[in-house]
Amino acid sequence: MILVVAEHTGGKLAKASLEMVSAARSSGREGPITLLVLGHGVAGVAAEAAAVADQVLVADLSELATYDAELWAAATAQIARAGEAHTVITPGSRSGREYAPRVAVKLDAPYLEDAISLSAHGDALRAQRYTYLSRVTETVEASGPVVVVSAKPGAFAPAAPLGAPGEQYDIDLDLPERRVTITGRSVEKSSRVALSEADIIVTGGRGVGNAENFARLIEPLADNLGAGVGATRAVVDAGWRPYAEQVGQTGKTVQPGAYIALGVSGAVQHLSGMGKSKYIVAINKDAEAPIFKVADYGIVGDVSEIVPALIEASRR
Amino acid sequence: MKILTLIRQVPDAEARVKLSGNVVDLGGTTVVMDGMDEYGVEAALRLREAGAEAEIIAVAVGPQRNEDALRTALAMGVDRAVHIETEERLDAVALSKVIAGLARSEGAELILLGGQEADWDSQALGAATAERLGWAQLTWTNELHLNGTALTGRHDVDDGNESFETHLPAVVTTQQGLNEPRYPTLPNIMKAKKKELRKDDLATYGAAPSLNYVSAEIQVRARLNRVIDGKDPQAAAAQLIDLLRNEAKVIR
Ligand SMILES: Cc1cc2nc3c(=O)[nH]c(=O)nc-3n(C[C@H](O)[C@H](O)[C@H](O)COP(=O)(O)OP(=O)(O)OC[C@H]3O[C@@H](n4cnc5c(N)ncnc54)[C@H](O)[C@@H]3O)c2cc1C
Ligand SMILES: Nc1ncnc2c1ncn2[C@@H]1O[C@H](COP(=O)(O)O)[C@@H](O)[C@H]1O
Repeated sequence: MILVVAEHTGGKLAKASLEMVSAARSSGREGPITLLVLGHGVAGVAAEAAAVADQVLVADLSELATYDAELWAAATAQIARAGEAHTVITPGSRSGREYAPRVAVKLDAPYLEDAISLSAHGDALRAQRYTYLSRVTETVEASGPVVVVSAKPGAFAPAAPLGAPGEQYDIDLDLPERRVTITGRSVEKSSRVALSEADIIVTGGRGVGNAENFARLIEPLADNLGAGVGATRAVVDAGWRPYAEQVGQTGKTVQPGAYIALGVSGAVQHLSGMGKSKYIVAINKDAEAPIFKVADYGIVGDVSEIVPALIEASRR
Repeated sequence: MKILTLIRQVPDAEARVKLSGNVVDLGGTTVVMDGMDEYGVEAALRLREAGAEAEIIAVAVGPQRNEDALRTALAMGVDRAVHIETEERLDAVALSKVIAGLARSEGAELILLGGQEADWDSQALGAATAERLGWAQLTWTNELHLNGTALTGRHDVDDGNESFETHLPAVVTTQQGLNEPRYPTLPNIMKAKKKELRKDDLATYGAAPSLNYVSAEIQVRARLNRVIDGKDPQAAAAQLIDLLRNEAKVIR
């Protein structure tokens, strides 16, 4: 079977789960697609999962009320073994890429990380992935009785529901003790469109000037366009915006239909996170800024003059 | 106590990547210590400066040129270095066997490494190593304290950040914001030349690559590069919105 570990937040199945199912379907590997739902109070998630999977395994356990890398790895490896999975697909989120390698080691399996495509070649599973700050696309192959994969967020189209929902089974697990205690938590909830879901992203860089300008220029433009808000590392380091909005090598990787970069220089680490966007738009007062090299449309000008005009022109 | 701090050498961010045949060719490319690893070295030094009695060992697995990066770590203040020299490309699962083996033979209790290297971007070595050793793991830390064997700090998670508490032994991955790495001073660069840089044989660790590298490609997406002069902001904005609406059809 193909075991897919569901990702969910706030009692809802995440888009990443649908993308992983689609990765499983496109992999050319045979066997039922089985979604594993780990958590507590996850009946709703399991029901949503059943719409796209051949079967759903639900471990609804109080020990799993909050995520822990060791517990998630132990659970996944146990089920993979018991179900003789030949392919295990995990989310390419931060947490997914934190426990997937542990699963691989437990199963003595090769690990294909951050896959953007999957295909079967005889007994081997092939994946494509980005390396060198997303400048190189590499093809890698793994074989063996079981292969662990993490699927890059946004790389696979969300799977469509099946005609009939899959069967759900409750399962029990033998879990280790937690070694890490979480003593505090702060959620960076942005009231805006999540970057991973956004079709349009408006990103501000250091050229925006300060946090007030960010709120005055970037947010209203994003609102007019129904867009998500992004930031460069320079902006996050300066404390103008939360880290959750950072795009780039050490932030989020995004691939929207339109990426609008305002006062962003276009450093390679930033390009690594948004360079695959369908259209890139740049506004920068420096005509030589590297961002213009990757831009489809651009305006050479001062953001404090151009953006208010854009806000006006984009009002619907 | 012993701390291992892992060092990887990657192309300088501004360097152009080129392929030769089917693989990335780093010949003639400027390579540097991965930025992530500077945070790791700095974190180890700061734990010691804050009172932890520790011997700090920098470790690299890779080609001969890695020595430069190890010397940089030594010049920053690391006590000694271990270089497992190989031209073979090892994936994170294979590498974790080497690192775990070394951690065992050294009797290390803390391993610091980058959250994600800037070349292959595996983001996997920390977790794989922690699993092999049966240790706790903390990823993407931006604050770290050690009190006896109690390890506390803060780290980033999917939707925000958390404060954590655990105990050694542990694997900790670093990231931006954890600290501001120091520059090696000239006297320290001189001193580093005399510090031990031990060579270990990869064969003793029994690690073999678990992946097969099929091919690599550089795809450069052709961009339209239509740049408008912004001297008249209203006209430029109107033109841009029109292009996005009617030509690219990406906004309504
Ligand atoms: C290991 C590592 C990881 C990194 N990860 C990331 C990452 O994930 N994401 C990221 O973004 N960066 C990352 N960086 C940092 C990256 O190298 C750049 O420093 C950063 O992207 C620069 O942000 P910026 O474009 O906002 O600022 P700057 O480079 O300072 O650019 C500001 C731009 O604004 C323009 N400007 C100024 N004033 C105006 C105005 N009034 N109107 C119009 N334009 C104006 C300037 O011409 C300039 O081009 C990383 C770096 C390292 C070493
Ligand atoms: N060959 C290597 N030798 C030493 N350390 C490494 C090596 N490869 C990766 N690392 C360390 O692991 C970190 C993360 O790498 P990865 O998990 O592969 O993205 C890097 O920043 C280094 O600290």
